[in-house]
Amino acid sequence: MKARIAITLKQGVLDPQGKAIHTALSNYGFDGVKDVRQGKIIDMVLDAVSVDQATQDIQVMCQKLLANMVIEDYEILSIA
Amino acid sequence: MKQAAILVFPGTNRETDMAHALTLAGFDVRYIFCTQDNLPNDLDLIALAGGFSYGDYLRSGAIAANTAIIPALKKYADCGGNIIGVCNGFQILCEIGLLPGALIHNQSGRFICTATDIKVVHNQSHFTQEYEADQIINLPIAHGEGNYFADSVTLARLKKNNQILFEYVTNPNGSCHNIAGITNEAGTILGMMPHPENHVDVYQKNSDGLGIFYSLKNKIIA
Repeated sequence: MKARIAITLKQGVLDPQGKAIHTALSNYGFDGVKDVRQGKIIDMVLDAVSVDQATQDIQVMCQKLLANMVIEDYEILSIA
Repeated sequence: MKQAAILVFPGTNRETDMAHALTLAGFDVRYIFCTQDNLPNDLDLIALAGGFSYGDYLRSGAIAANTAIIPALKKYADCGGNIIGVCNGFQILCEIGLLPGALIHNQSGRFICTATDIKVVHNQSHFTQEYEADQIINLPIAHGEGNYFADSVTLARLKKNNQILFEYVTNPNGSCHNIAGITNEAGTILGMMPHPENHVDVYQKNSDGLGIFYSLKNKIIA
């Protein structure tokens, strides 16, 4: 089974990398960009008996390791 | 002689500085590598030194927080053992959950390496009793992710319980409440971004950091 997970900073947590990217986009002339937040994508291949089981496993993985729940949110973007 | 252990992870790089400071203060020091799954039972102090454990992969301290030694460290902490985590050590203690909050990227987005003035908020602690309350000390900082973040409830609790031990005089990194160092609620575990172990000796031209190690050595507060 393959899964893609997005880890993003919680709303309100400062994101200097996102800010730097925003500034760089402005420098390129992309004036329409109002805000940029940077996160990370984790792709994994895993053994699981069902999508439900894999989803549960990934939630535990996110809470234990992949995301720091003090500052980050996670979302399973796809799983199949 | 009081016994101290320094936990070493792949990528830790300030362990010899930490050992030097602890030795100066009168500790007998040994290194323990993170793949070991137990701790000696005669330890008075465990130190987590600075560096870039596991290359800061995923998040600073995140991988180190899941190594074999950590259950033993938690058990030692639960029994009231003293722990000091500096820089990456602070990040690891937050990732383990032994200290509240998290260290995020500096507000400037830049790595900061400089000496900075730090206020000792109070001296009723294992770590600061050799200082005066409100004393200003000078310590080096060297970090890219030293911006202390916690939600407002946690920050209020830190303040109320006197868990904030060190504050920057001039905030270098965007830390909430100018926080440079905090303890757990019991006051037995300290995490701080500045490097006291790098201002302990005459050749460093400043020994302001030594007070922390002497405080631990001469600990009189029960």
